[in-house]
Amino acid sequence: MSLDYLDFEKPIAELEEKIVELQRASSSSNLDLEREINSLRSRNHESTKAIFSKLGAWQITQLARHPRRPYTLDYIERIVTDFQELHGDRMFADDPAIVSGLGKMGGRNVAIIGHQKGRDTKERTRRNFGMPRPEGYRKAQRIMRLAERFHMPVVTLIDTPGAYPGVDAEERGQSEAIATSLEVMATLKTPIVSVVIGEGGSGGALAIGVCDKLMMLEYATYSVISPEGCASILWKSAAKAPEAAEAMKVTTKDLSRLGLVDEVIKEPLGGAHRDYDAISEAVKNAINQSLDALCEDSNEVLMDKRYQRLTGFGQFELKK
Amino acid sequence: MNWFERILPPKVKTTGRGGKKGVPEGVWNNCSSCQAVLYAVELTHSLQVCPKCNHHMRMGAKERLSSFLDDDSMVPIAESVGSLDVLKFKDQKKYKDRLADAKKSSQSSEALLAASGSVKGVNVTVTAFEFKFMGGSMGAVVGERFVQAANHSFENHQPMICFSASGGARMQEALFSLMQMAKTTAAISRLRANSIPFFSVLTDPTMGGVSASLAMLGDVIISEPHALVGFAGPRVIEQTVRETLPDGFQRAEFLLEHGAVDMIVDRREMRDSIAALLEKMGFGPND
Repeated sequence: MSLDYLDFEKPIAELEEKIVELQRASSSSNLDLEREINSLRSRNHESTKAIFSKLGAWQITQLARHPRRPYTLDYIERIVTDFQELHGDRMFADDPAIVSGLGKMGGRNVAIIGHQKGRDTKERTRRNFGMPRPEGYRKAQRIMRLAERFHMPVVTLIDTPGAYPGVDAEERGQSEAIATSLEVMATLKTPIVSVVIGEGGSGGALAIGVCDKLMMLEYATYSVISPEGCASILWKSAAKAPEAAEAMKVTTKDLSRLGLVDEVIKEPLGGAHRDYDAISEAVKNAINQSLDALCEDSNEVLMDKRYQRLTGFGQFELKK
Repeated sequence: MNWFERILPPKVKTTGRGGKKGVPEGVWNNCSSCQAVLYAVELTHSLQVCPKCNHHMRMGAKERLSSFLDDDSMVPIAESVGSLDVLKFKDQKKYKDRLADAKKSSQSSEALLAASGSVKGVNVTVTAFEFKFMGGSMGAVVGERFVQAANHSFENHQPMICFSASGGARMQEALFSLMQMAKTTAAISRLRANSIPFFSVLTDPTMGGVSASLAMLGDVIISEPHALVGFAGPRVIEQTVRETLPDGFQRAEFLLEHGAVDMIVDRREMRDSIAALLEKMGFGPND
């Protein structure tokens, strides 16, 4: 089975293989197998639909982490024109786990910031698997401040397992970097739109995710701790990650039902990695529409709404 | 364990640890660092700091508030804010049951207590985390109580001080707990915009989502000696980098050296230190 398929997609992969075989047979032997191929295709379509209509939280977690899933730069290439990447935190280093820069979207100049994972081993290491160090967050803060000064909205794309848990990151103030990012975003006088495109991993995700509008792709996840981490603490076994994923309501569907997500962006059948162009188009439209609406508000109204939104998170009871 | 216990084989012991016959429980305590046997009353008087080795033992939120504020000045804030199990979260145990157990074992209504009062005559709002309540974890109640305390500071233009002691976000409240980082940050930013001081005091331990939000946003950040403070827990880091961590890693002294905190202050001098800083920032005692 090819790496493109996850365990639960086995029936899809098998049908896909048969189709390829038939295609090969038909071209080498001049047999007309088009009818068979078409019928297999429609069977495959139905079976994919069936499988994807009832995915569990753990299956969605795997999709969100899919090695072929489109990453920030894949989106930037398709949805931003004239993108110019800006590097570095001006203090210590440039963190390749976060990409940032300026570009144009829907006739608007925007600042765009996102976590970036790597596609192959070398790139994965360079991008640190999308786990930022403090300098990544400080770079993000710098670009956000710049966007504020020059009246550009900020678009962030979230896709990280979490902030990097390393000795160097702690030495350089990982906590401070995340906390300050939260504060910069809570007070930034320009609209901020965030899209969780893959993994929304804890504080490392939220550090570029405080916003006026939060959107999530259909098969993305967002959680306070990884299912593995939660399972190893509460169930005393990382193997219970599927249970933890279910209990923590990490999926877009659940989070949207809980009112934590403002808009869901539908993915192509089989997931975003099956059609980069289609998902990019959907993401672009969702961002542009959101910015259209947010840019209508004055800064004062925008800041007031954001304050109400942020301080309104969480339900509790009032006793007596 | 003291030297005597170390020599004495455990099977010979007939009474419980430290429990001599005829002596009521709780009269004597051991220092959790040097193991010195300490008279409980003396320990309360020294604010849970060992008089022998100066080790700062963990202090509960109630004791923290009452010992920090001037006598008879304390007025509780946001006490009526209580937890709801929105997600019906269940791991090996129901979250609801965990909450009930935590209330009992910690003798605290939640993981954060808030109060208004004065310190050396200066009106302040104070919040303190209760580590015994589910590891001082931050959920919706902690976030809301913190915001209400910040609102009190805002309305009365009085400084806010927060004593942190937390393992981080409360997993049982999932994404709601993560969002408390943004919520508390927003409240602090409003104090900042209005030049109302927010002091963060880091006590052992301050980790994860609490460290990466409100605790690191103080206008002044003070740490108690030797407190463990960081984003990722030492075990997680060890598993990631696959090496043992250096001595003193993520301790208050390490943070001071790396520029993450302003000062390390002995708990017994905390009131004086904070009142003196506030006075310089224009918040002196009331007439």
